[in-house]
Amino acid sequence: MERKVLLMILGMSIVTYIPRMFPLVILSKFNMPPLFLKWLRYIPVAVLSALLAPAILISDGSLALNLNNNALVASIPCFVIAAKTRNLFLTVVVGLISMFLLKMI
Amino acid sequence: MKNGFLKGVKDASPIVLGYIPIGFAFGVLAVQQGMTVLDIFIMSLFVYAGSAQFIASAMLSAGAAVSSIIMTTFLVNLRHLLMSASLAPFLKHIKTHKLALISYGITDETFAVSSTSVKQQTVSAKYFAGLHITSQGSWIVSTVLGGILGNLVPDPARWGIDFALSAMFIGLLLMQMKERKEMIVAICAATISLLMAIYTQGNWNVIIAALLAATIGVGVEQWNEKSF
Repeated sequence: MERKVLLMILGMSIVTYIPRMFPLVILSKFNMPPLFLKWLRYIPVAVLSALLAPAILISDGSLALNLNNNALVASIPCFVIAAKTRNLFLTVVVGLISMFLLKMI
Repeated sequence: MKNGFLKGVKDASPIVLGYIPIGFAFGVLAVQQGMTVLDIFIMSLFVYAGSAQFIASAMLSAGAAVSSIIMTTFLVNLRHLLMSASLAPFLKHIKTHKLALISYGITDETFAVSSTSVKQQTVSAKYFAGLHITSQGSWIVSTVLGGILGNLVPDPARWGIDFALSAMFIGLLLMQMKERKEMIVAICAATISLLMAIYTQGNWNVIIAALLAATIGVGVEQWNEKSF
């Protein structure tokens, strides 16, 4: 068991490091076309939205656009606080408190 | 000092506060899924990727093959390729071996912070050292603590600890939102990712949705420029 876990961690660390390292080390050597740079500027917003949407809108494998979906309800105050304050810590704390309250009801 | 090590440490503070609940949640779940505290420590040190660690731990306890866990990790973390590429044009002044070290600390969270910083001013390798060491340090400490205290928290999902990850994504996303074009990209990415998560197998939704949505964003931008 122990060997399996270590092998898993070793493999995971290699396949995680390569995509992190390669573009930064290689692409910083070249002047990239302006269009490509524009495209890259959209990547953060695109990746975060793509990660977030399924996490708060899917429950048990299907779309859950209703008030029984705690993650969806708890994300509403998070959006409000994040939009108003742009403060990551406050957003996470508000999210955890909202979720905790929803679970208590 | 303005963009040095201490500025990096300071900019890491919201990440640290976000990592504490997420890391703790991972540690708690991982020991219940059969990992040891030492496994958690090594994983947080060498892999250092929140969502992949959650997924790997769950797959391990479900008896999945090592090869399939590694492949899934690769797919889930392939998005770092895009983040690394988008930092590249801003870091031409930093030496290659330092870039190789900096890249080790690219996560969703550190990227959201650093990609904002590099657009505001020229940042140094020291800034990244401060930001990344502080962030990963807090990740290691909180996952290990979660592992140690894991047996005392019977069912972490019951308290909603796992929502910390989504709350963090919301905060990071809105930090990046400045113009209407970004809103369009966000809506496209969310829709594509959602549809793929519901109707397709595997973990391709994030990377494909991000690639398509960024392309749509550039398309809209080009079209707007030409239309007046």
